Amino acid sequence: MNLTGAQALLESLRREGVEVIFGYPGGQVIPIYDAIYREGFKHILTRHEQGAVHAADGYARSTGRPGVCLATSGPGATNLVTGLATAYMDSVPIVALTGQVPTSMLGRDSFQEADITGITMPITKHNYLVKNVSELPRIIKEAFYIATTGRPGPVLIDLPKDVSVSACVYSYPETLSLPGYKPVYEGNVKQIKAAVAALETAKKPLIYAGGGVTISGAEEELLRLAEKAEIPVTATLMGLTAFPGTHPLFLGMLGMHGAVAANYAVTSCDLLIAVGARFDDRVTGQVSTFAPNARIVHLDIDPAEIGKNVRVDIPIVGDAKHILAALLSLLSAEKHEQWLKEVNKWKSNHPLVYQPHTDYIMPQAVVETILELTDGEAIICTEVGQNQMWAAQFYRFTRPRSFITSGGLGTMGFGFPAAIGAQVGNPERVVIDIAGDGSIQMNIQELATIASYQLPVKIIILNNGYLGMVRQWQEFFFEKRYSEVALNNPDFAKVAEAYGIKAYTVKKPEELKRMLTAVLNHPGPALLNCLVHPEENVLPMVPPNGSIHQMLGVGEV
Amino acid sequence: MKHILALLVVDQPGVMVRVAALYSRRGYNIDSIAVGKTEDPHVSRITLVVEAENEAELEQITKQLYKLVDVIKINDLTKDDAVERELALMKVSAGSANRAQLLQIADIFRAKIVDVSQDAVIIEVTGSEDKVEAIIALIKPFGLKEIVRTGKIAMVRSAVRS
Ligand SMILES: Cc1ncc(C[n+]2csc(CCOP(=O)(O)OP(=O)(O)O)c2C)c(N)n1
Ligand SMILES: [Mg+2]
Repeated sequence: MNLTGAQALLESLRREGVEVIFGYPGGQVIPIYDAIYREGFKHILTRHEQGAVHAADGYARSTGRPGVCLATSGPGATNLVTGLATAYMDSVPIVALTGQVPTSMLGRDSFQEADITGITMPITKHNYLVKNVSELPRIIKEAFYIATTGRPGPVLIDLPKDVSVSACVYSYPETLSLPGYKPVYEGNVKQIKAAVAALETAKKPLIYAGGGVTISGAEEELLRLAEKAEIPVTATLMGLTAFPGTHPLFLGMLGMHGAVAANYAVTSCDLLIAVGARFDDRVTGQVSTFAPNARIVHLDIDPAEIGKNVRVDIPIVGDAKHILAALLSLLSAEKHEQWLKEVNKWKSNHPLVYQPHTDYIMPQAVVETILELTDGEAIICTEVGQNQMWAAQFYRFTRPRSFITSGGLGTMGFGFPAAIGAQVGNPERVVIDIAGDGSIQMNIQELATIASYQLPVKIIILNNGYLGMVRQWQEFFFEKRYSEVALNNPDFAKVAEAYGIKAYTVKKPEELKRMLTAVLNHPGPALLNCLVHPEENVLPMVPPNGSIHQMLGVGEV
Repeated sequence: MKHILALLVVDQPGVMVRVAALYSRRGYNIDSIAVGKTEDPHVSRITLVVEAENEAELEQITKQLYKLVDVIKINDLTKDDAVERELALMKVSAGSANRAQLLQIADIFRAKIVDVSQDAVIIEVTGSEDKVEAIIALIKPFGLKEIVRTGKIAMVRSAVRS
């Protein structure tokens, strides 16, 4: 089969099962866009390349399949950078395709030339500059394999224009040879036995579940393990859908804005079982006082995560699903009545609460009402800041891959385009972006995307008129010097209407539920601008570098 | 403590950059780096001399290196019985008065004079780091104009020696 590079690219994508590309055209990718046009390959035109990469990310996180984005050389490629870093931090499989100047023009500061493989080296799992069309099928095969296996991550392929237009005799390789890349899936049996023995003697075991559970699809095994051995479970921001939010063994999120019960449990437990989590500083607070009484078992597919931030007693390298299944098969049923009693007391003494207000809508109430109206079934995307933390605290997730948020990088402007990708990948589901008034403006141009494809994404803005999370830090730690955080916002409803999107503003607490219902029931895209209390804070809170059992906003009991 | 790491890597463009960049962005230092082909045409060998404060730091560096798709194998040769070599070229001021003395020093170190001009010679020396340091120290007083060193390469001795 004789194909041009552009045709070979699309054919290879089809063989990898890719159904959609999120992208934005430009000079060096016109040949690829020509092939897309002629072959009718499904493509979503975002209004900014950052939108395209975040959409590919949201697609990947919500479906578990790799997301694909495409941008032109130079500025198109550099516009992908934030999105690649976001995906890299949260281990999301993306294959990013960029145009490049022809190979003969490389290194001459040609028009729209940028060294994108150099730029993205530290924020991709791997990247390629294709020098000859004959290598293209192999490189695509490797890229998908690397992006989706082991600890997943973004892979970038830079495609000079001459590669796209040259002809090749096409054949897609069946096998690949990557002598330096051999992810390990099965856990070491000796280590698994050691973990079982530790569990059998533990009096106060605790599971700390991270995003790795979701990536590995180990939710079922985790649930069975927790129930069989009666182990309470706390989760990271990335792991919130790893365990049913409504389950009696679930303590909620841990860390800086975690639930009191979760943080107390970490401090008291005698065995901490970390599953696909990486002891991030937002989780551990001061490392020296983190889980001070516990032996630590750490399950992770990435050997470099073991012992990186905390000392680990029993490391097990491999895939969470495999290892948890092995643990389950060796473990007998356990009871931890006393421990559960203790944990449940913390839970009932320190529930997540907020003070309702007669004049203001409370942002937490918005999330609670969304939960009520969607029955915990929606795909919730968030921006970054207070909106993100309230969504994490007050929504109860019951379905896997239903919480899409930028954890590691904390990228404002992520949630909305990610929601676009999630909606494209899950046309039947309700997809909601819980947004901040600051963050939504970082990719607000994507309103045009949901309008033109009539993607029924719902945007709910928790509009506090501030870069709220920064304002909160200034209130707590900088004596209320509110430096550059007040936003003079446009009328978001009018902005959305200008794009042809149904939109409302709500101000009165008593109207919140009715307006949310109207927006969620609207068959197409819709936006609700919720004017919420301007100075509400996210509590409880562990001050930066504090110990996680010493939280601000926790009443004495 | 200094460690000598021998990395086998897939012979791809950019692999040196990936290794070096990983070091700098994780805040580690490389003393020297040397790269060359091996008996396998698809595999190159990078010899790194690195500073690690403790075992944990070395382990973390090694694991991060393994995450690079093109890194096949890493051996820490520090504790092994390994042959270590480095090559240095030194350009030294040498008038007729001190030339004989220089030749004598070169001879002791089994170094070679590889270029001679009116007022300078180039000396080539191969050996362990200590040996190279020693000859440099002796030659310095003569007027060392320029020096270039390859960085260390190393190879583990065979278990059974004849
Ligand atoms: C791209 C980017 N720039 C800056 C920040 C720092 N930052 C973190 S939260 C925040 C405020 C977000 O404001 P808003 O979207 O209104 O959310 P709120 O906290 O008010 O809910 C800022 C500026 C960031 N996370 N991302
Ligand atoms: Mg705000």
